[in-house]
Amino acid sequence: MTTIVVTGIGATSPLGGNVRDTWEALLRKESGIRTLTEEWVQTYELPVTFAGRVKVPAVDVLERIEMKRLDPSAQLAVIAAREAWKDAGEPGDAKERILVDFATGIGGLGTLLDAWDVMKEKGARRVLPMTIPMLMPNAAAAAISMDLSTRGGARTCVSACASGTESIANAVDHLRQGVADVVICGGTESVVHPLPIAAFAAMHALSTRNDEPARASRPYDVNRDGFVLGEGAAVLVLETKEHAEARGAKIYAEIAGGAVTSDAHHITAPDPEGNGAARAVLDALANSGVTANDVNHINAHATSTPVGDIAEYTALHKVFGDRIAEIPVSATKSSTGHLLGGTGALEAVFTVLAAHEKIAPPTLNLDDQDEKIPLDVVVEPRALPDKVIAISNSFGFGGHNAVIVIKSV
Amino acid sequence: MAHSKDEVLAGLAALVNDETGVPVENVVFGKSFADDLDIDSISMMTIVVNAEEEFGVKIPDDKVSELVTVDDAVDYIVSAQS
Repeated sequence: MTTIVVTGIGATSPLGGNVRDTWEALLRKESGIRTLTEEWVQTYELPVTFAGRVKVPAVDVLERIEMKRLDPSAQLAVIAAREAWKDAGEPGDAKERILVDFATGIGGLGTLLDAWDVMKEKGARRVLPMTIPMLMPNAAAAAISMDLSTRGGARTCVSACASGTESIANAVDHLRQGVADVVICGGTESVVHPLPIAAFAAMHALSTRNDEPARASRPYDVNRDGFVLGEGAAVLVLETKEHAEARGAKIYAEIAGGAVTSDAHHITAPDPEGNGAARAVLDALANSGVTANDVNHINAHATSTPVGDIAEYTALHKVFGDRIAEIPVSATKSSTGHLLGGTGALEAVFTVLAAHEKIAPPTLNLDDQDEKIPLDVVVEPRALPDKVIAISNSFGFGGHNAVIVIKSV
Repeated sequence: MAHSKDEVLAGLAALVNDETGVPVENVVFGKSFADDLDIDSISMMTIVVNAEEEFGVKIPDDKVSELVTVDDAVDYIVSAQS
């Protein structure tokens, strides 16, 4: 089986404007969650008044024309892609052999909502000509492809909060099928806007810990009360090991494989038996040529919702049995919030770095661990063995389950 | 209230700058939007939509293609005001 390696990583997140700042803030146990200062929080009397905005606003990084022509989700994608591409050493003269497979959960929702406001207030004539190309879900993939002049196809992966991880699993498939030499994959999201906050709150999905925003995202804690909305993007440059070695590229880790399953259970609730999620883990392990006994680190989906965290534990117990209590689990949304379509990509970057630097990142706010979830949760940065075999899980509305396996090199 | 030619030029320059980042001092008489200021058709349409609101005028779509230079746009807006 062709070995697939990571040669470049990029990110902009609530913890930092690049990978290094984000990772170091994560290891310092910082939270990227803040009270929102926008006027609309009060105007609409939102029941949730905090979120994880990107630490470095896109306007500080991009040109004016880029800000005007890209939805915020695509702006963040381009910022992360440029970092990853540079980090990878800008591989390959054959632009036709470089493919983009990029994820978003929701796409250009802010652009759509703002344009509708303009139309209602000022009429059709005031709707700007860039509205459609900014709001279309493939905008981020297209923006990356155009920005880096890659011509091997620009695909878009949309599976709610599983999107980012699914994009990486897809990238592995593309490379193993030989349709590309290099794949730029990952995900983005930027929907910190009153409508999505109101809508997520309406389904009681969000934490309402308004008085303690930095302590609101608390996976596995008995007092967890929902997820915390975050924004950001993360990008990984993958290529075959042969291709990477031929050009003398540095290699962070392997993406050994991945898998995707669907629950066919409920549009938003996870299967309480965790069957679909467990199958995703088992299929990903099989696809990677490793067994459950080999896994020694997990970056969990762990959104901090009461039912989601238990369902994931149930699935993990199905796969790993009682040995699950011995595997260090990191729940990094406690620090970053939940980046929806970007989340799997950011957590993949964290897991790649965990494998590369042999260190599991910490989980914040675990004051009183839920006794129904007896996991070995990493609460302080913890050393990992020299040979790391990790999984990173993502699950999404619609019953989407995506898992990737990351190995140290 | 009608804007003077200089006021329209200054307002237009600000709109061009906001949309494209082209410095306001480059948006002067004698310049072509496409050839000198590198403004493409989508940016031009956006500038037109914003100029209609700014100056309280209508610029029909079939007129936009005739606004090749800064002079064309300023002259059209000034005349459309009256």
